[in-house]
Amino acid sequence: MNIVVLVKQVPDTESPRKLKSDDSTLDRAAADGVINELDEYAIEEALKIKEAHGGEVTVLTMGPAKATDSIRKALAMGADKAVHLVDDGLAGSDALQTSYAIQQALGRTGFDIVILGSESTDARTGVLAAMLSERLGVPQITLANKVEIDGSAIKAQRVTDYGYDRVEATLPAVVSVVEKINEPRYPSFKGIMAAKKKPVETLGLGDAGIDAAQVGLANAATEVVDFADAPARAQGQIVTDEGDGGAKIAEFLASKKFV
Amino acid sequence: MPAVRHLPTSESEDLIALTRELAAKELAPRVTAAEREGAFPREVFATLGAAGLLSLPYPEEFGGGAQPYEVYLQVLEEIGAVWASVGVGVSVHALSCFPLFAYGTDEQRSAWLPGMLSGERLGAYCLSEAHAGSDPAAMRARAVRDGDSYVLDGAKAWTTHGGEADFYTVMARTSDDGARGISCFHVPAGTPGLEFDRPEDKMGLMGSTTATVRLEGVRVPAGNRIGAEGQGLSIALAGLDAGRLGIAAVATGLAQGALDTAVRYAKEREAFGRAIIDHQGLAFVLADMAAAVESARATYLSAARLKDAGRPYGREASIAKLIATDNAMRVTTDAVQVLGGAGYTRDFPVERYMREAKVMQIFEGTNQIQRLVISRHLAR
Ligand SMILES: Cc1cc2nc3c(=O)[nH]c(=O)nc-3n(C[C@H](O)[C@H](O)[C@H](O)COP(=O)(O)OP(=O)(O)OC[C@H]3O[C@@H](n4cnc5c(N)ncnc54)[C@H](O)[C@@H]3O)c2cc1C
Ligand SMILES: Cc1cc2nc3c(=O)[nH]c(=O)nc-3n(C[C@H](O)[C@H](O)[C@H](O)COP(=O)(O)OP(=O)(O)OC[C@H]3O[C@@H](n4cnc5c(N)ncnc54)[C@H](O)[C@@H]3O)c2cc1C
Repeated sequence: MNIVVLVKQVPDTESPRKLKSDDSTLDRAAADGVINELDEYAIEEALKIKEAHGGEVTVLTMGPAKATDSIRKALAMGADKAVHLVDDGLAGSDALQTSYAIQQALGRTGFDIVILGSESTDARTGVLAAMLSERLGVPQITLANKVEIDGSAIKAQRVTDYGYDRVEATLPAVVSVVEKINEPRYPSFKGIMAAKKKPVETLGLGDAGIDAAQVGLANAATEVVDFADAPARAQGQIVTDEGDGGAKIAEFLASKKFV
Repeated sequence: MPAVRHLPTSESEDLIALTRELAAKELAPRVTAAEREGAFPREVFATLGAAGLLSLPYPEEFGGGAQPYEVYLQVLEEIGAVWASVGVGVSVHALSCFPLFAYGTDEQRSAWLPGMLSGERLGAYCLSEAHAGSDPAAMRARAVRDGDSYVLDGAKAWTTHGGEADFYTVMARTSDDGARGISCFHVPAGTPGLEFDRPEDKMGLMGSTTATVRLEGVRVPAGNRIGAEGQGLSIALAGLDAGRLGIAAVATGLAQGALDTAVRYAKEREAFGRAIIDHQGLAFVLADMAAAVESARATYLSAARLKDAGRPYGREASIAKLIATDNAMRVTTDAVQVLGGAGYTRDFPVERYMREAKVMQIFEGTNQIQRLVISRHLAR
């Protein structure tokens, strides 16, 4: 089975995240880059599918040169090889353009299943799975918390507000995962050493057959017009329990329309 | 702010990143409760073993990571920065494996070493006795040859992992010939006659079990003797040179942890209308702490590089242990001072760091014994 897992490098949520004042894009140099949290679950699921059904796991990352750190970690966890889509022309791409670029790269890797996180921690649009499935013309299963593969059939549970849906599709397909799906493994030092010998293919726009006029900040369909710091969190309201604590909490929840 | 490290290879950078991730996700959430309850975290050693962190300095043929001490010690430091008991445990485990690795036969090594290095079998190191700590040559525990086996009798004090370990590396007397009458034995847990006293009720390092090991007619095959008869004390002392570097690294880590906590607090806490770090009198305390941590790190790394190059490093190991642990004591005491009243409570980790730093000056040779070693080198 040809399993491709999409891995995005994002700024560590522990370090302060900033947008640049000149072009309103994320200041990726200012923060440590880490694997987008949900993508670790995607990697784990890809490895599990490989362990159960055989095949190969390819990591596909679009991002600047320093994203190689994240690629190395994914390989250390056990992925077999990686494709790194890196080109200055891609900088500032929006979700539509990103999905186009990844589609082109997938044209080179081929795939039976594409696994990705359901959302990134930096941009959080959560649209990539849908955009990719549309562009690739294959089924999408989003927000999966359980995946089973049986021949060319894929069965999954996707989380919803009311519980979960059971859905089925045929491969090839695009699957986005949530954190309930598994417990990602840690790399091991052996994995780190093995990763050094695994192939990482670097693709520029031309290599991937990406039209430069369709990607990058200047050609984006969306534009960040303005941004502001998140307001400082106001101090919480403290309710002293004078025998009527329960009622006061219920009152508060009702006033916020939570109940 | 995590320590700034200059590492020799990309794999050692990834290794430090892995260690920090394990420390943040597996150690940090457990340390406070375990230290308060005195619970030994055996499962943490399994996790570290599975990640390959217990076998880093050993060759690949035994499942090791073939890493230089320069790298291995920095991993240990990162662990010590979050949980000193675990850092000490990793160091003692390495010390327990060392005699077999360096002096064992091929047969012994292929039989025992892989399980020890993978962390499936946790080790303990039995040198000290109640009356023979600084002067181990005064030990009394005996091993008497009886046909194809040895029978061990006596009591080994202060054993880290006593009662928890899967194997014990035991030094015992095979003749009355003083320092040359001691031999080294591999004793698996569960051997009849191997008993344990109630663990010591310590000032700190509660997550690390310390207990007297009783040897009451413990019979092991003669093939469990490591090295020659009479070679035991020199094996034990050779291991201690490397062990002292391990303790220096753990002490540096816990000092770094205390410094980080103190700096964070000093930026937030205000007195007289400004952050306390903006009062020069306090800022200089922090500056001295940072200088002490960095010099401890530089000192142990310098000794490690000698070891990695195959040069003698005993004097430098003792200097590193002395500097790093004395510095850690001062830094952690100052960290309590920086936090004021809060520092004296268990709501903050600095009082724990201070209690942990104290023992670093005592075990693997007290700091007086380090001075003895250093001065004997000078007098040569
Ligand atoms: C603060 C901020 C706000 C933004 N707002 C918008 C906006 O409103 N509209 C818009 O079109 N763009 C926006 N962008 C641009 C956005 O970062 C890119 O389009 C991004 O590559 C895809 O969006 P996402 O990360 O939100 O994808 P999501 O759909 O949230 O990500 C889902 C999964 O897709 C995969 N993935 C995403 N990006 C990559 C990649 N580069 N390489 C490999 N796998 C990847 C990962 O597996 C990820 O878990 C914004 C960026 C930032 C930093
Ligand atoms: C938490 C903990 C864990 C330990 N783990 C282990 C373990 O796993 N395995 C093991 O074998 N041991 C272990 N030990 C024992 C430890 O190594 C000894 O406690 C240490 O070597 C000191 O010996 P002692 O306690 O007998 O002190 P003593 O030797 O009685 O020393 C008492 C004091 O006299 C000083 N002193 C002694 N001789 C001299 C001298 N010649 N010149 C100047 N001053 C001197 C010492 O510095 C010290 O201040 C552990 C101890 C502790 C506290």
